[in-house]
Amino acid sequence: MSNTTGPDPVPAPTPDDGYDVVVIGGGIVGAAIARELAGHEVSVALVEARSDIGDGTSKANTAILHTGFDATPGTLESRMVARGYELLSRYATETGIPVEHTGAILVAWNDEELAALPGLKDKAERNGYQESALIGADEVYRLVPALGDGVLGGLTVPGESIICTWTTNLALATDAERRGVTVLLDHPVTEVTADTSGDGFTTLRTEGGDVRGRWIVNAAGLGADHLDRLFGHDRFTVTPRRGELFVFDKLARDLVNKIVLPVPTSRGKGVLVSPTVYGNVMLGPTSEDLTDRTATGTSEDGFDFLLTKGAALMPRLLEEEVTATYAGLRAAINHPDYLIEADRDRHYLLVGGIRSTGLTAGMAIAEYVRDVLADAGLVLKEREDLPDPPRMPNIGEAGTRPYQDAARIAADPAYGEIVCFCERVTAGEIRDACHTELPARTPEGLRRRTRAMNGRCQGFFCGSAVEQLMNDHSTTGGGCARTCHEVTH
Amino acid sequence: MSPNTSPTTLTPDVLVIGGGPAGLTTAANLAPRIDGEVLVLEREKEAGGIPRHSDHTGYGVRDLRRVMTGPAYARRLTADAVSAGAVVTTSAMVTDWADGLAVTVTSPRGRFRVEPRAIVLATGARERPRTARRVPGDRPAGVYTTGALQNAVHLHHREVGRRAVVVGGELVSWSAALTLREAGCSVALMVSQYERTESYGAFNLGGKALLRVPVANRTRVVRVIGKPRVQAVEIENLDTGARRTVECDTVVFTGDWIPDHELVRSGGIELDPGTLGPLVDTALRTSRPGVFAAGNLLHPVDTADIAALDGKHVADQVKSWLDAGGSAQDPATGVRLLADRPLRWVSPGILRPGDPAPPRGRLLLWTDEFVRVPKVTVRQGGRIVNERKLAWPAAPGRVFRVPWSVIRGISPNAGPVTLSVG
Ligand SMILES: Cc1cc2nc3c(=O)[nH]c(=O)nc-3n(C[C@H](O)[C@H](O)[C@H](O)COP(=O)(O)OP(=O)(O)OC[C@H]3O[C@@H](n4cnc5c(N)ncnc54)[C@H](O)[C@@H]3O)c2cc1C
Ligand SMILES: Cc1cc2nc3c(=O)[nH]c(=O)nc-3n(C[C@H](O)[C@H](O)[C@H](O)COP(=O)(O)OP(=O)(O)OC[C@H]3O[C@@H](n4cnc5c(N)ncnc54)[C@H](O)[C@@H]3O)c2cc1C
Repeated sequence: MSNTTGPDPVPAPTPDDGYDVVVIGGGIVGAAIARELAGHEVSVALVEARSDIGDGTSKANTAILHTGFDATPGTLESRMVARGYELLSRYATETGIPVEHTGAILVAWNDEELAALPGLKDKAERNGYQESALIGADEVYRLVPALGDGVLGGLTVPGESIICTWTTNLALATDAERRGVTVLLDHPVTEVTADTSGDGFTTLRTEGGDVRGRWIVNAAGLGADHLDRLFGHDRFTVTPRRGELFVFDKLARDLVNKIVLPVPTSRGKGVLVSPTVYGNVMLGPTSEDLTDRTATGTSEDGFDFLLTKGAALMPRLLEEEVTATYAGLRAAINHPDYLIEADRDRHYLLVGGIRSTGLTAGMAIAEYVRDVLADAGLVLKEREDLPDPPRMPNIGEAGTRPYQDAARIAADPAYGEIVCFCERVTAGEIRDACHTELPARTPEGLRRRTRAMNGRCQGFFCGSAVEQLMNDHSTTGGGCARTCHEVTH
Repeated sequence: MSPNTSPTTLTPDVLVIGGGPAGLTTAANLAPRIDGEVLVLEREKEAGGIPRHSDHTGYGVRDLRRVMTGPAYARRLTADAVSAGAVVTTSAMVTDWADGLAVTVTSPRGRFRVEPRAIVLATGARERPRTARRVPGDRPAGVYTTGALQNAVHLHHREVGRRAVVVGGELVSWSAALTLREAGCSVALMVSQYERTESYGAFNLGGKALLRVPVANRTRVVRVIGKPRVQAVEIENLDTGARRTVECDTVVFTGDWIPDHELVRSGGIELDPGTLGPLVDTALRTSRPGVFAAGNLLHPVDTADIAALDGKHVADQVKSWLDAGGSAQDPATGVRLLADRPLRWVSPGILRPGDPAPPRGRLLLWTDEFVRVPKVTVRQGGRIVNERKLAWPAAPGRVFRVPWSVIRGISPNAGPVTLSVG
């Protein structure tokens, strides 16, 4: 089955040519950059090592759309987060990325934390965020009655929101593709050959073949320092900082309707409790510097730490079942701010150190990168024929899900056929995810597009049925085994 | 169809939610005896519940008085319900409560409302997956629950690995071992937290004698290792703390049941903190008038025949409720029945004067320790009401059944009644 969507993209260059810009890294940052640049009259490729978009740090974070209230004032990060908040909030409305504007409270549990709150309010104001307010313990308990004993006070941050990080990454990449970006999956870059023939192209050697570009953007997250060295630099090292998380059963959702943030103090950062857009409750993350950049496993120490913290924060939460546990790796670097720099000689731009705010800041980083590239001499003329952004399938609880939509089921019974019972994912959604632009090609990819198998039974009931459906709809190996006539986007 | 059409409403007399052994048997026993419709809603494509994919013998002993395989049993119970006049609708999931006793349903035939006069919840139980057991490590392929494994092997004819570790020492763990063997996967080790995998002694599923499985008792899994597929698990002896890794390409987390209680909780129905199913009395009434419950939702988990016989029992109670006009006539105030350690729970959890004996005249209990010759003690208000020695052991991993007569002599207004074993 073929994808016939969107207006005609910019004519794709043949593989032997090259692209005006090649962006390395299909996380949120790389996808946002590719999309932004493709809004101009340049050819762009997005090169990703893994078999799916958004399979790195961008899939495993706490999924908070930050206001930037607690950034270090005056930094690039502070500006990018505030601007990114605005851009992504708007983009989420346009594309249907699940967002809930729950608001947050920083909760103080001891004198030191209580004493730190006015300073944080001050800092928020210096970051341009004026809506925070100091509140007493009574008000904290009124807002989140399930908190454990010992709250001394709080600071509200009404703008903090929860968002779906998976849909964000997919929306940006799908949009990029519609705008004509060539998305190259399974293309890990292993070598870089500078422009030797004098034609102005850098050649990237990848396991999927060579890719050539006039400008190369390194948005490789955890791999950014390695790549940077391939370009002859030696300016920073990425330290994978692991964050482990618990996701609690949806039956816990009533316990917390706000993001409960820890107060950062000299004794380190605590953990947060937050609702998710899927209707669960999240507890985490830990923070632990590692050396292995693939160490996305969870640990006994991490679990013990979270359970101890959780028991004090919200004892009732621990009585609920744990639906999922996972770990993400922040790309921490030995530089206190984002590191975004163009190397005019090599026609190369680094986007490094986007450690713990990149989901929020991604779209702002893309704008910034656009301007830096333009300054460095890349001609960027805005296109006037841009396709509409994609309308993403809703996998959030705040909107209407297909299984709840009588009219949609009447029009297409596949949306009434629930396959994953815990998450209420229908056969229609699984079909769509297998046939959409940037389709799901693995069970993991399907989980991120539909939530199938993400629920409390973890496949006890549905695992095989979902896999079967996915195989039936597989677009690889000669098309769909099912008779799928139409897929509306 | 316009988007604003209000949903179709069905009005059967009785709605049974869940078409497993409990729900189907409820329907088969109720349909011939009432005028209105008995509607069974089942979210899977076929009715039958867990036995559908439990492709070994050992089903039907107490309810049908014969031994059959799971799938045959599932077909038989479905046919019996249908021929008794019940309507069994599959691919129909009850998703939410609407107003009163009404619920909302999603199916390929539409999103609709069902407004019955009485409801029987028979949604069963599931095994806790690895995540709910909080086992850290990598997140590789090759990690199953028994349910997922049997689904894969029996319903979808999938390959599993070559060398498995089975976690759990319950009856169902042996069922998993059987399935693995059938799928050409050897069991490298069975890991059980208990002193002894006593279920073995009582194991009456087919093929047991052929299973020679090494067992590590008093042991737990502390880490799953491997990427992208399982390569090993790390295990720990609970007494010595000694650890070692066991190579395997498949891990099956078995047992450790939790009732599928989502509708119980979203309906504001009181939970039994022991079973985590709805709190019921011996008539299997929940705290919500007109809502009854049956099967493994109440006792996670007993065998299918016991679940089915709950259905037979609850059918009588629903009939009485309908005969009384289906109004919320408050049943007599009762006393709580509680379990004391090492007993984890007892079901039913409320005793009311004038109520019938529980299904099969048995109380169902769960123990965390093995007691070879159990003496059951019943206390109320500090007083020993009864003591009774039983001829069968209380063993972890399966339900311990106690004759109802042990509570004879309790007072309806002297506070909670506690059961203990020694
Ligand atoms: C625990 C945790 C909690 C967080 N919470 C939040 C939050 O609440 N809000 C928020 O805004 N941010 C949060 N973040 C931060 C956010 O997740 C990251 O900043 C963001 O995902 C970074 O996106 P990225 O595109 O830079 O990196 P990634 O998503 O890691 O993308 C980089 C991509 O580059 C690819 N790549 C690497 N090397 C190569 C190569 N040689 N060739 C080709 N491709 C390559 C990788 O496969 C990967 O897909 C959190 C992070 C963590 C770990
Ligand atoms: C691996 C394994 C082996 C076993 N071996 C044996 C054996 O040899 N002999 C034996 O007697 N017992 C055995 N058992 C136990 C037996 O399967 C159970 O006791 C029995 O299935 C319980 O019946 P039930 O009706 O309570 O629940 P279930 O069989 O679990 O049925 C519940 C039904 O409710 C449906 N449902 C749930 N929620 C909804 C909803 N919201 N809307 C619509 N439908 C819903 C489910 O899809 C399911 O079909 C075994 C169990 C397992 C897991």
